[in-house]
Amino acid sequence: MSDIDTWLASFRTRAATLSGARLPWLAAVRQRAIERFADEGWPTSRIEAFRHTSLAFLAQQRFVAAQPADATAAAAQQAIAQLRRDDPEGHWLVFVDGVFAPALSEQGDLPAGAQVGPLSQALAQSPEQVEAAFGSAGDGASPAALNAALATDGAWVWLPRASAVELPIHLVFLTATGGGACHPRNLIVAEAGAQATVVEHYLALAGDAADAATLTNAVTRVQAGPDARITHMKLQQESAQAIHLATIDAAQARGSTFDSHSLSFGARLARNDIVTRFDGEGCETLLNGLFHVDGRRHVDHHTRIEHAHPRGTSREFYRGILDGAARGVFAGRIVVAPGAMRTDAQQRTDNLLLSPQAEADARPELEIYADDVKCAHGATVGQIDEASLFYLRSRGLDEAHARNLLTYAFATEALARIGLAPLRRRAAASIRVRLPGGELLGELS
Amino acid sequence: MLQIKDLHASVDGKQILRGLDLEVKSGEVHAIMGPNGSGKSTLAQVLAGRDSYTVDAGSVAWDGKDLLALPAEERAREGLFLAFQYPVEIPGVSNAYFLKAAVNAVRRHRKLPELDAMDFLKRVKAEMKAVGMREEFLYRSVNEGFSGGEKKRNEVLQMALLEPKLAVLDETDSGLDIDALRVVADGVNRLRSPERSMLVITHYQRLLDYIVPDKVHVLSAGRIVHSGGPELALELEQRGYAWVAETPKAPAAAARGQAGPAGAAVGEAAR
Repeated sequence: MSDIDTWLASFRTRAATLSGARLPWLAAVRQRAIERFADEGWPTSRIEAFRHTSLAFLAQQRFVAAQPADATAAAAQQAIAQLRRDDPEGHWLVFVDGVFAPALSEQGDLPAGAQVGPLSQALAQSPEQVEAAFGSAGDGASPAALNAALATDGAWVWLPRASAVELPIHLVFLTATGGGACHPRNLIVAEAGAQATVVEHYLALAGDAADAATLTNAVTRVQAGPDARITHMKLQQESAQAIHLATIDAAQARGSTFDSHSLSFGARLARNDIVTRFDGEGCETLLNGLFHVDGRRHVDHHTRIEHAHPRGTSREFYRGILDGAARGVFAGRIVVAPGAMRTDAQQRTDNLLLSPQAEADARPELEIYADDVKCAHGATVGQIDEASLFYLRSRGLDEAHARNLLTYAFATEALARIGLAPLRRRAAASIRVRLPGGELLGELS
Repeated sequence: MLQIKDLHASVDGKQILRGLDLEVKSGEVHAIMGPNGSGKSTLAQVLAGRDSYTVDAGSVAWDGKDLLALPAEERAREGLFLAFQYPVEIPGVSNAYFLKAAVNAVRRHRKLPELDAMDFLKRVKAEMKAVGMREEFLYRSVNEGFSGGEKKRNEVLQMALLEPKLAVLDETDSGLDIDALRVVADGVNRLRSPERSMLVITHYQRLLDYIVPDKVHVLSAGRIVHSGGPELALELEQRGYAWVAETPKAPAAAARGQAGPAGAAVGEAAR
């Protein structure tokens, strides 16, 4: 039985038990999605967008079903307690192997009419609202289709007109079962003028999940209504054996702001597809990214900003730190449609190579079909600056400390763009633990 | 005491220092002057331990230690300080973190207790006041966006905090207006003490009006070609460098004196 047949079989056994299985529209989307995946299979390097990151090897991989959550409850509880210690406030939705864990979750006060909860529940309670946000089988690359077919839970965030959720909405995805696969689907809908910050955490529990290859294949869809402001942050700290695939797909109505921060520190292979589309005038977006990879690991960010209407502003900054024989890929495409006058787009990617075997592929791509625009892009790949290193050593800092300090400083420039201080601190701490002697850098920020 | 003997050094395969001899006793301030390209900055970088400079021959003894055998950070901890001609900008590292890390690296080495945040701030604020730096410079990235004068003040601040035994000032006067020059020179003079030697490298005599050296040396083509008291600096200011390069001690230079512009300098020297 081929890999694709395995997924088809899995779909057939599970289809009836997936949440919302009895909704005809959803059954139809799922059916079309699995057919599409069966047809296309995993993307290979023959597809331009996957040129540097073939997923063909996934065809050889078998993933097991998730264990019952109670087997790992204690470890999960500990992990959540740890996470919440630094940042006790906010709304917390926790998913273990893709399944909502109510006992580990806690919802704070929400503005009237706002919904923050598991998708499985929303499908039962307000299926029409979900239908409008769910997306279709044709969205994204083939892994996104597999997600559409098999997703059974994720977060549902619905914000009524002019509502503001003050505290961050944390979505925590814990991988507990070694060799397991999950397909979380998060839907975020902000009506006109609504505001919220959503943080996705991807973590592995120690033990099984740390040794056996796991697959996370996530999709997050964001609809930002007119003048809405959505900040999205994703902190990927999966185990060293994990395969992490994520699609973030935003649609922005006139005057809306969508900020995305993608911090990728874990996983053997991580691939992020981040797309935002300006569906009205005067939209703004910030795509900010930072990754740190070592060993033989691989991280790839593919982004696309579609300036489809006039007076849109986009800022995109990606920074990569690559050690060992790791590979980092950034391909950022900015498309300025005909008529999207007075577009202001800036894109920059900087890569720091800490070892001669590390490799960075940076591909900025501008496609401009309008003439009254301001667009700039730049890419650098470099090493630790020798003059800076000497300056620090000449003040008594040993070489390792000086190198770590400069590496951390390189990262903090990306972190500085994260507006919320607790999130910035969390991100800073997660990069410090990756640097040998990083604890020395504690008081830096 | 610093004792440099027959020092030869090169960078990128190009020989810069060609047999430099120099002795600086404890508590003395020596000025090194010389034309552009004579090797002044190379000497500073070699003493501080920059890896991209190769020492081809010679020795540097410092308080009985072989200075050249120590890595840069060890030299700093032992009490060598280089005030950079072009202080490096380090975005993302706050000046406060940098200064505290440096002070504590040196204190650890000297078996002194590390300063905690409170003690450090008290100390650094007092020193900043002395060099005329506003407190906000603590919270900015190291040298980033600092003016030329602010960078040099930051160097003098570091020198004050690290309390070196030997300070090498590499063209600390370059790019400074007269007010900044005075502040920097005052900062340096405050640090003069019988236990502290200084090597003041400068192209112009101007700085030496404020930091009066015990001895002045002229560096030319990688060697000390002339030494004298503080009055030598004034003479160099008036007469330029050509005449010292023509002294009989430098045979290669004498040969060059046969023709061309250098010949005119010989005439001038003879007047």
